[in-house]
Amino acid sequence: MKTLEELMAIRENAKKKMTVREDTGDDNIRIVVGMATCGIAAGARPVLNAFVDEIAKRDLKGVTVSQTGCIGMCQYEPIVEVLEPGKEKVTYVKMTAEKAVKVVNDHIVNGNPIVDFTVGAATK
Amino acid sequence: MRELSLNVLDIAQNSIAARASLIQIEVLERTAEHTLTVGIYDNGCGMTEEQVQSVLDPFYTTRTTRKVGMGVPLFKMAAEQTGGHLTVSSKVGIGTNIKAVFHTDSVDFTPLGDMASTVTTLVSMNPEIQFLYRHKADGKEFVFDTAEIREILGDVPLSEHAVMQWMREFIEENTKTLYGGVTE
Repeated sequence: MKTLEELMAIRENAKKKMTVREDTGDDNIRIVVGMATCGIAAGARPVLNAFVDEIAKRDLKGVTVSQTGCIGMCQYEPIVEVLEPGKEKVTYVKMTAEKAVKVVNDHIVNGNPIVDFTVGAATK
Repeated sequence: MRELSLNVLDIAQNSIAARASLIQIEVLERTAEHTLTVGIYDNGCGMTEEQVQSVLDPFYTTRTTRKVGMGVPLFKMAAEQTGGHLTVSSKVGIGTNIKAVFHTDSVDFTPLGDMASTVTTLVSMNPEIQFLYRHKADGKEFVFDTAEIREILGDVPLSEHAVMQWMREFIEENTKTLYGGVTE
């Protein structure tokens, strides 16, 4: 059973880590998940959770996951945008939790956007 | 929506857009009466009488009031298809209350689903907002207040992964306990 005491232990651990970690702000990679009615209905919640879990699992620094409203192409939801400073925005469509793990692996870690998952490939 | 918890996640986005500083989510189950009541109450900017009427209309959507659209109508439909109902009350400058009553014995009742995931997602994506989640079932109650969690955490953000994981499991386990689940 999870307890509040456990949360205190998590705090102590996290504090230790925070002194080492310096989020560099401007050169963060941003992963933005569309979480309007259309996105949520299409399955955005597990996609968002998969990104958060995978980034934590790999202990990636300088990557933030956030949510936004309707991106405007509801038929392609769940939509995820990856924004890297100095690079063109990559828009992934019809995302799933499995695809999210692959995007973290190939795109975020190794720097190779997965063309097959992008809006460009979907609208061809 | 496959689960009511997804509707809650969606409706709460309206409260966030209304710049609420406190969002209360309440689930109340009365098994003897076969009813489930789900409420989302916020202290955001509120709506005028006209706006309240229009949020129930799925075809009311203008670019500036984008926060309204299919969200409330879908939640209303989910309630009405079980023989229940949805009410919206709001005051400009005070906040908005949305409450839906479901009949759990209807074949068209959508299960509540993963509320722990909904609450955790809301909290971690909006750490500056206070969330108060209450789940009551037949006289038993579980209350989760981010103000209390934040006090314990101090400088550690609510979006810290270990904290999120703890929140999800804490809510899941306490909800199970409400329904007489194993606590060991």
